[in-house]
Amino acid sequence: MNISIFDILGPVMIGPSSSHTAGAQRIGKAMHMICGGEEVAWVKFYLHGSFSHTLSGHGTDRALVAGLMGMDASDARIKTSLEIAKEKGMEIEFEPADLGDVHPNTVKVAAKTKSGREYTMIGSSVGGGEVEIVEIDGIPAKVSGKFPAIIITHEDRLGVIGRITSTLAENKINIVTVRHSREKKGGTATTMIETDQPIPQEVKETLEGPEYIQHVVTIAKFA
Amino acid sequence: MYNTSKDILALIGSSNKSIADIAIENEMELFNMTRQEILDKLAQRYDIMYSACHDGLEKAIISISGLTGGTGKQMWDYIKAGKTIGDTTALKGVAYALSCSEVNSSMGLIIAAPTAGACGILPGALIAVAEKRNASQEEILLALACAAAVGQVITKNATVSGAEGGCQAECGSAASMAAAAITQLCGGTPEQAFDAAAIAMQNVMGLVCDPVAGLVEMPCTKRNASGVTNALLCADMVLAGIPSKIPFDEVVEAMYKVGKALPTTLRETALGGVAITPTGLAMKEKLFGKGGGCQGNCAACGGCD
Repeated sequence: MNISIFDILGPVMIGPSSSHTAGAQRIGKAMHMICGGEEVAWVKFYLHGSFSHTLSGHGTDRALVAGLMGMDASDARIKTSLEIAKEKGMEIEFEPADLGDVHPNTVKVAAKTKSGREYTMIGSSVGGGEVEIVEIDGIPAKVSGKFPAIIITHEDRLGVIGRITSTLAENKINIVTVRHSREKKGGTATTMIETDQPIPQEVKETLEGPEYIQHVVTIAKFA
Repeated sequence: MYNTSKDILALIGSSNKSIADIAIENEMELFNMTRQEILDKLAQRYDIMYSACHDGLEKAIISISGLTGGTGKQMWDYIKAGKTIGDTTALKGVAYALSCSEVNSSMGLIIAAPTAGACGILPGALIAVAEKRNASQEEILLALACAAAVGQVITKNATVSGAEGGCQAECGSAASMAAAAITQLCGGTPEQAFDAAAIAMQNVMGLVCDPVAGLVEMPCTKRNASGVTNALLCADMVLAGIPSKIPFDEVVEAMYKVGKALPTTLRETALGGVAITPTGLAMKEKLFGKGGGCQGNCAACGGCD
């Protein structure tokens, strides 16, 4: 496990809580990336465990929304993000929920972008502002935001991972971690890759090309 | 690469290197940075810490809830009046920590160290000791790197999340980090620095996270003050030659197990400890109304069970 000294002496952030403010901002920022950076028309946050108890007191609501609008942890506008979102016409709902066997600080985010695309994501704030995205659009994930990431859902068939990794190599993108799983033999499989270099749009499009690829999500570094 | 204090001490071996040197070498290798780039980045963070530790001394900073604030200024005025009971180095550290903690609860800019709730302890203790010792900028930055190494070991083997391990994981970790940093700054050996960290954690083992109304205010601000004196005490103990009989790595493991054993009510949910005293509950109700903050759906949360 690689932890930077600046993860320990950081983040540089607007208070009051690293888990509930900075971590919440990062989870919001991850959703911002999943939505392709597009403005959100409607969002609902399902708050699990201590997230539901300390919501407004720790500015968790403001931080989640600030991140969703693309703001960073040290952005002074976090304090007024709910008002800013209202001006933009964003519809926001918060609801306590039981998300099952997850970290005590976990939130599920469901959002609809202005162009009508819908996404869901589950993220946990695991302490000191560090986060882990554990599910994207219903598919289990493990993304820390420390590296750019790409999540590909595809048919479970011979050679798909090889095709994906050679496409990345041809584009000089080095792989940090790879995780792969499938629901059943010949069913839907998920390959999740963290990389050193960011994944450009044209590489994403190349990966989306073959008929056995169902969905590709790229997430830029956000932590 | 290292995971434990034992690893760090092995990497130091018989050399004259400090814990900070090992932390910086590791950072250089892992993140492809030069020593100077790392020191510059530490200096930027120290500047923010320094401001947060001073902003609340001359003017009273009030939290966003309006429930707390102004204690940094009260302590500073008291020190200036010259009638303190305790040593002024420690009390200045306390004033800095109170200020930093108040900047945090007013949604101001701080450095989580290792968390926002415990953000006053390391800078408060370090700035006060650095002033007393006339420490150079580089000595201060190296002390921060030493503190970060201690935090890395805790994060790798346990947790710094109050929701997972209680206040011992936040203010305890911060005090451990500060104790090691000050020990290094004052000329202690790497073994002594880890011993100071081990003692500081043992002193608050089992400390619960019980924020009134779920806010990072009560008792957090005062626990930041107490974390400063804990760190100073432990640094002085090891420099006096008093070792920690239990090694740091074992203390960290014990803290993690204790944290896991704490009921949910005592881990940042505001459902136990001082949070549910009659006065604590009354403040919560004043802020959020009846049932305040908690938005029903008890079955989903399970925090009260």
